[in-house]
Amino acid sequence: MTARALINVPPKAKRGEIIGIKSLISHEMETGFRPDATGQPIPRNIIKEFVCTYNGVEVFRAEFFPAMSANPFVSFTTVANESGTITMTWTGDNGFFATESVAITVE
Amino acid sequence: MIAWMPVWRIVAAAAIVCATYPAIAEIPMSERKSGYEFMGPDSRAMQDEDTANPGMLSVLDGEALWKRKAGAAGKSCADCHSDARTSMKGVAARYPAFSPAVNRPVNLEQRINMCRTDRQQAKPFPYESKDLLSLATFVGRQSRGQPISVADDENTRPFIDNGRAAFTRRQGQLNLSCAQCHDDNWSGRLAGSPITQAQPTGYPIYRLEWQSVGSLQRRLRNCLTGLRAESPALGAPQLVDLELYLMWRARGMPMETPAVRP
Repeated sequence: MTARALINVPPKAKRGEIIGIKSLISHEMETGFRPDATGQPIPRNIIKEFVCTYNGVEVFRAEFFPAMSANPFVSFTTVANESGTITMTWTGDNGFFATESVAITVE
Repeated sequence: MIAWMPVWRIVAAAAIVCATYPAIAEIPMSERKSGYEFMGPDSRAMQDEDTANPGMLSVLDGEALWKRKAGAAGKSCADCHSDARTSMKGVAARYPAFSPAVNRPVNLEQRINMCRTDRQQAKPFPYESKDLLSLATFVGRQSRGQPISVADDENTRPFIDNGRAAFTRRQGQLNLSCAQCHDDNWSGRLAGSPITQAQPTGYPIYRLEWQSVGSLQRRLRNCLTGLRAESPALGAPQLVDLELYLMWRARGMPMETPAVRP
């Protein structure tokens, strides 16, 4: 099953306003340090990088590590300058890739 | 290992706390509180906002499963029950419910699996599997805000009484009953964590300690392990009776599924 993401971006904002952006993605974030029922280590499977772009311009980037929780939640702010698209991408182990886009109207 | 240490300390502390207080009766209706009210502001905010509540990921998975055809009958849940937002509203608030087919109460997960085997002619989902929890969370979500209202009639009463007996029976190496903590000492703390009233208002819950959603039975088995008592298998009648009693005890309280708990 593909990853599910929940995004919270205000659909409308005033020019110059500071807006909050919240994202939640389903991912087990397996640390690589746990053994399975037979004692074999479970291979690491985490998201390694999260990037947010606003009309193609990078506004936020985060590196993720094994100690982060499953289903990582990221909240940050940016300044609403123009109408357009806010895109978030998550990349990780085993070729994991997910992307979500939301539109924002700036008045 | 990290997860086990606090449990060990909690149960040791429980033995000390509970030994010093006299037993009191069931919690008066007006003093009942959901586990939500024992949480800090961060955890509350996480539950309150659908885009921050990780349980909602499970609801989305459940919604996809609701519409997917399965089994030899080639039917989806939606083929019979159509739009869950109307057909499933308030349903989870009435479970566990008496099933004439098995002549005893069944919980929501068991009811979903009965539909799977009888109507869809598909294999039942294993307990605590992602698919079963997703469907239960999705169905439970449709009852959010609805008052808990399990049947209290001649069919269910013997099983409610069974559940109450299990709740008040001392068990395990620590020789404690559920009631000694959750009825008698719910305003206290154990190893820094609040003792709650064990009101099952938001199951399946997203438990931060688990890093996933889990059922009420999983939570009950946690407590039993803490008492160093023998845990019945998932789906065992004793656990369903205990679930039924706890839901009866929380009657009238609003459903919160999917709740977030620490």
